[in-house]
Amino acid sequence: MSNITSQSLTSLVKNIKDKKLSSEEITKSFVDRSEKSKELNSYITEDFSNAIEKAKKFDQSPNLDLKLPGIPMAVKDLFCTKNLRTTAGSKILENFIPTYESTVTQNIWNEGAILLGKLNCDEFAMGSSNETSFYGNVQNPIDKDLVPGGSSGGSASAVSGQLTPITIGTDTGGSIRQPASFTGTVGLKPTYGSCSRYGIVAFASSLDQAGPMAQNVEDCALLQEVISTYDTKDSTSTEYKRNHYSKELNKDIKGKKIGIPKEYRVDGMPKEIEELWQKGIQYAKDCGAEIIDISLPHTSYALPTYYIVAPAEASSNLARYDGVKYGFRAKGENLIDMYEKTRSEGFGAEVQRRIMIGTYVLSSGYYDAYYLKAQKVRKLIKNDFDEAYKKVDAILTPSTPSSAFKIGEKKDDPVSMYLNDIFTVPVNLAGLPAMSIPAGHDANGYPLGLQIIGKAFDEQGILNISYAMEDKINFKNKITDWWIK
Amino acid sequence: MSIDLKTIKHISKLSRISVDDQKAEKLAGDLNSIFEFIEKLNELNTDNVVPLTSVAETTLKLRSDEVQSENIRDQIIKNSPEDNEDFFVVPKVVE
Repeated sequence: MSNITSQSLTSLVKNIKDKKLSSEEITKSFVDRSEKSKELNSYITEDFSNAIEKAKKFDQSPNLDLKLPGIPMAVKDLFCTKNLRTTAGSKILENFIPTYESTVTQNIWNEGAILLGKLNCDEFAMGSSNETSFYGNVQNPIDKDLVPGGSSGGSASAVSGQLTPITIGTDTGGSIRQPASFTGTVGLKPTYGSCSRYGIVAFASSLDQAGPMAQNVEDCALLQEVISTYDTKDSTSTEYKRNHYSKELNKDIKGKKIGIPKEYRVDGMPKEIEELWQKGIQYAKDCGAEIIDISLPHTSYALPTYYIVAPAEASSNLARYDGVKYGFRAKGENLIDMYEKTRSEGFGAEVQRRIMIGTYVLSSGYYDAYYLKAQKVRKLIKNDFDEAYKKVDAILTPSTPSSAFKIGEKKDDPVSMYLNDIFTVPVNLAGLPAMSIPAGHDANGYPLGLQIIGKAFDEQGILNISYAMEDKINFKNKITDWWIK
Repeated sequence: MSIDLKTIKHISKLSRISVDDQKAEKLAGDLNSIFEFIEKLNELNTDNVVPLTSVAETTLKLRSDEVQSENIRDQIIKNSPEDNEDFFVVPKVVE
């Protein structure tokens, strides 16, 4: 069977279950394409020969009752994988080999999937273009020298470029949805508490969530079903009835109330984003949904709030990298000197910048003015959503204020880089689930995404809306394989 | 508000990140533009707002106080940049 790598996850699972394809055939196809795609720099660490061995072993006594039987899969390098190097895109973890497995990846292997390798990302997931990775820029398969977005840039690039049938990323302020939007793929950030954070390298613990990234909504639903479990190893993991997302997936969204928040119509937003949004509204109407204008009055305060809360939590989380227990160590004249040099040489510029912001807003004399203030505004932002959800079932917005930009274009201007996340950040602050689905192209042919935001723990609701809209949108990604010689 | 070089040096000390003068200049510029952007929050009156510390509005669960991991010293030491089999090794702290 030719073009295995262009098949959806759902189709690969079916072909394995129908014994039309073996795990070895599938795994070898993705390994082969990944080998030819080094120029994308999607991988930080490859585990290809082990993957093929595992696939052969799976085929010897295949358990076809599993949800991901013998399916190869690469994952973002922020998930700890036992005995396979986990770097978080940082020099400071260049030689870190976890002795334990993250809950989310363990759930995936328990359903029969096979690890292909670890995918590139912004250092400690801090970035919107994958340019802060110590392991180099990632190419967007859409066009040469175009960023794939970030921080899950390697993941988005690998799914879009068909180096893995599906993957997982993490999303603290948009790190799944923005790269999905930039690469013409589907990404879901689940509700805070849906997926365990155990074994995920921590960035901002009150915001971080793992989620699926896929070629289509159906695949996304299947992977969400696998990774979302209650876990006592994460004290913020929430116990609630989780749906069989893939089984309960349906396109009947007739009568669903979808809110359109006027505050997302920001100054300087390109005309094509506004047009995409209007098209999205029409698609939703065509599916039978009812469109309702709503207001989220504190939207413009979300990004400044995020840039206090996230760095504050990061500065605390990253205090553990001291050159003593694990990771890189620089030589120093004494203990303090060793700490300071280790962190100065081990962290990249963006990570240092955020640690310094976080340390400053938590420092004596500034805590109330910044950190406490931000926590109060965060409450107002959450209240906005609570009010809106009295009237609507879901909210529809663009995923990003622009399409993908060129490598290097925004690197030296942190604030302009941060503005990428203007539509995604409020969702993390409120802990809600949201998806990005590809919905059109800009004048260059670069993909544009729409975001569907749901009520807390209503992943099924936004999956269904996305599923119905996907059908109407009928998006086709324009991938020319330009990087394959 | 403006963050000067003295403040940068102070934050760098608190952060345990060594910063030379050239890097301090660059950081001061970056942090000032970021804080200028953050100052927007002062437009809002938040006097009577309860701060949101967690979106998971549940009380944290307690578990029984039982040993769950057996002898994992080797695993803990495994990734350390320097150890003597039993302990992490750091530069001398007591003369």
